[in-house]
Amino acid sequence: MSIFIDKVTRLLVQGITGKEGQFHTRQCITYGTNVVAGVTPGKGGQAMNDVPVFNTVRAAVKKTGANCSMIFVPPAFAADAIMEAVDADIELIVCITEGVPVMDMLRVKNFLASKSSRLIGPNCPGIITPGQCKVGIMPGPIHLPGSIGVVSRSGTLTYEVVDQLTKKGLGQSTCIGIGGDPVNGTDFIDCLAAFEDDPATKGIVMIGEIGGAAEEEACSFIARNVTKPVVGFVAGLTAPPGRRMGHAGAIVSGGSGTAQAKIDAMRQADVHVCADLGNLGEFCSHVFSGIND
Amino acid sequence: MKIHEYQAKELFRNANIPVPKGKAAFSADEACSVAEELGSYPVVIKAQIHAGGRGKGGGVKLAETLEEVRSAASHILNMNLVTPQTGPEGKLVRKLLVEEGLNIARELYLSILPDRATANIIIMASQAGGMDIEEVAAETPEKIVRVAVNPLVGIQPYHCREVAFGLDLGPEVTKLFYSMLTNLYRLFVSQDCSLVEINPLVVTAENSIIALDAKIDIDSNGLYRHKDLLELRDTDEEDLLEVEASSYNLNYINLSGNVGNMVNGAGLAMATMDIIKKAGAEPANFLDVGGGANAEMVENGFRIILADENVKAILINIFGGILRCDVLAEGVVQAAQKTGITVPVVIRMEGTNVEEGRKILAASGLDLITAVDLKDAANKIAEIVKE
Repeated sequence: MSIFIDKVTRLLVQGITGKEGQFHTRQCITYGTNVVAGVTPGKGGQAMNDVPVFNTVRAAVKKTGANCSMIFVPPAFAADAIMEAVDADIELIVCITEGVPVMDMLRVKNFLASKSSRLIGPNCPGIITPGQCKVGIMPGPIHLPGSIGVVSRSGTLTYEVVDQLTKKGLGQSTCIGIGGDPVNGTDFIDCLAAFEDDPATKGIVMIGEIGGAAEEEACSFIARNVTKPVVGFVAGLTAPPGRRMGHAGAIVSGGSGTAQAKIDAMRQADVHVCADLGNLGEFCSHVFSGIND
Repeated sequence: MKIHEYQAKELFRNANIPVPKGKAAFSADEACSVAEELGSYPVVIKAQIHAGGRGKGGGVKLAETLEEVRSAASHILNMNLVTPQTGPEGKLVRKLLVEEGLNIARELYLSILPDRATANIIIMASQAGGMDIEEVAAETPEKIVRVAVNPLVGIQPYHCREVAFGLDLGPEVTKLFYSMLTNLYRLFVSQDCSLVEINPLVVTAENSIIALDAKIDIDSNGLYRHKDLLELRDTDEEDLLEVEASSYNLNYINLSGNVGNMVNGAGLAMATMDIIKKAGAEPANFLDVGGGANAEMVENGFRIILADENVKAILINIFGGILRCDVLAEGVVQAAQKTGITVPVVIRMEGTNVEEGRKILAASGLDLITAVDLKDAANKIAEIVKE
């Protein structure tokens, strides 16, 4: 078991014929993901690595039964691409694109509220269920099938964490990057709830960073609803206030969104806070001892 | 992206949001001719820098005569203005805004900003104008009116009513306020703003409502559809190295520490800064070279880090995924040969093709210190800095 994606996921790639789209589609296929279709308006009828390309998401879904979409289109077209996938009843939409305007995401998120689709991202590395399905740009080989759920706002920081887990023999059930933008689809709480309900997940690693209050809100959820052990890490203790640290959402403003406030919230929710990223693997081994098969 | 008050007021003017009469001035002479154009006293001379709290630092002065205008303008121009938001180093004042003085009856606060969690657009208002809104929120939260607008629906008359009644505006002012708030909301949405703040918004003795101050932040991700706003960027207000880095598409923030660092990915870059601090040193910068970094970007990154005189050592931390470690190693070697390394460099690489990468570094003959993992890297940096 896993959350959101598995062996039967049928993936469609929006922007499959672009440079990034082509490269990462091939990587996903190599990992074992079932890529059933691509969409590039105007290139319908072509094929990319034997994957049929369609002009519209609706046409692709009708023909191939795709139920998950990975989006690689440029930022100016990302909101449109997400909403096209939503209207074609795609269950899970993973938007990798970085640089989507906040104003676009405000509209997208409100549009999503009345629909059943789930959005992950934008500005995220995607989601992977090790050994089954990879929908994203993360390096496949660092992952190991297992029972730790990982959820993070970051990309390479997540790879670092996963790598340390794998080296300690702690496999992962599913790893999700929810993205570094201020307004995104799936949030920490959605993932925590899914991990709590997933029998294959025995422990959770949550990686936060400065900006907003998503970690604090997640911690009140953990205190009330999560019975599985949670390890937490927060990046940005040394980040100066008022500056955007690479991610559009990573900013301490007016004294709120600090790393320390998030760490304090984690401690209050009995999350095992790892203060030293260099020791995270070891720390997790200790916390999760006895739960990994 | 931040813009100046005088630029924000120009956008307000074009959007039919009332602002005081006035103009920007770049010298004392210009300030005087603006004052003469305004034709009545008092006039207000305001320093234009990308930071708030200017009044507290002496950056805002009232003048009753032309001579006072000249003396105030000369005093403020080229002063190093220190405010609660500039940090102790302050900011050099290069521009002024010269405006008519108003008969102020009431000072209010009004802002519009997106709410991350609910994806609504929030209108915030308070009767305690002129005060820092965070202070008001902490001390008297009941004084803040907070109205959420669904961006798919847009601003409706009832939103305006909620704010206006919350501010206890009289009937005469209320009517003006409705149109002002509606225009402000439309400006916020149409220009991809991430913040619009008027503090204070004033009601005058003549019962008009005017934006005495104006702050606008623009979402950088939205700038591609606002070429006109792009011209409002003032690189004089930014750090020199940061301006240079942005021209190379590098995500760089200059800090005051002594250990430079270069990392791929923003989250890992922040975590690397934290590791440097934990090792007993201070990070000199934030630098995210991104997932698609090439040899040239690494070289430019090196040059920018080394241009900071405080840097005593450099930590390179790369988790190779899409960016392969051998490609990175070649970039580092090239960059080091071209720019010449003057400080110790600790390199920690992990991920795709890491063995090949380590071989390239070892064979380069360069004096690079290789770390096997993050813990090792932190220890090696700590040792260097202790010396």
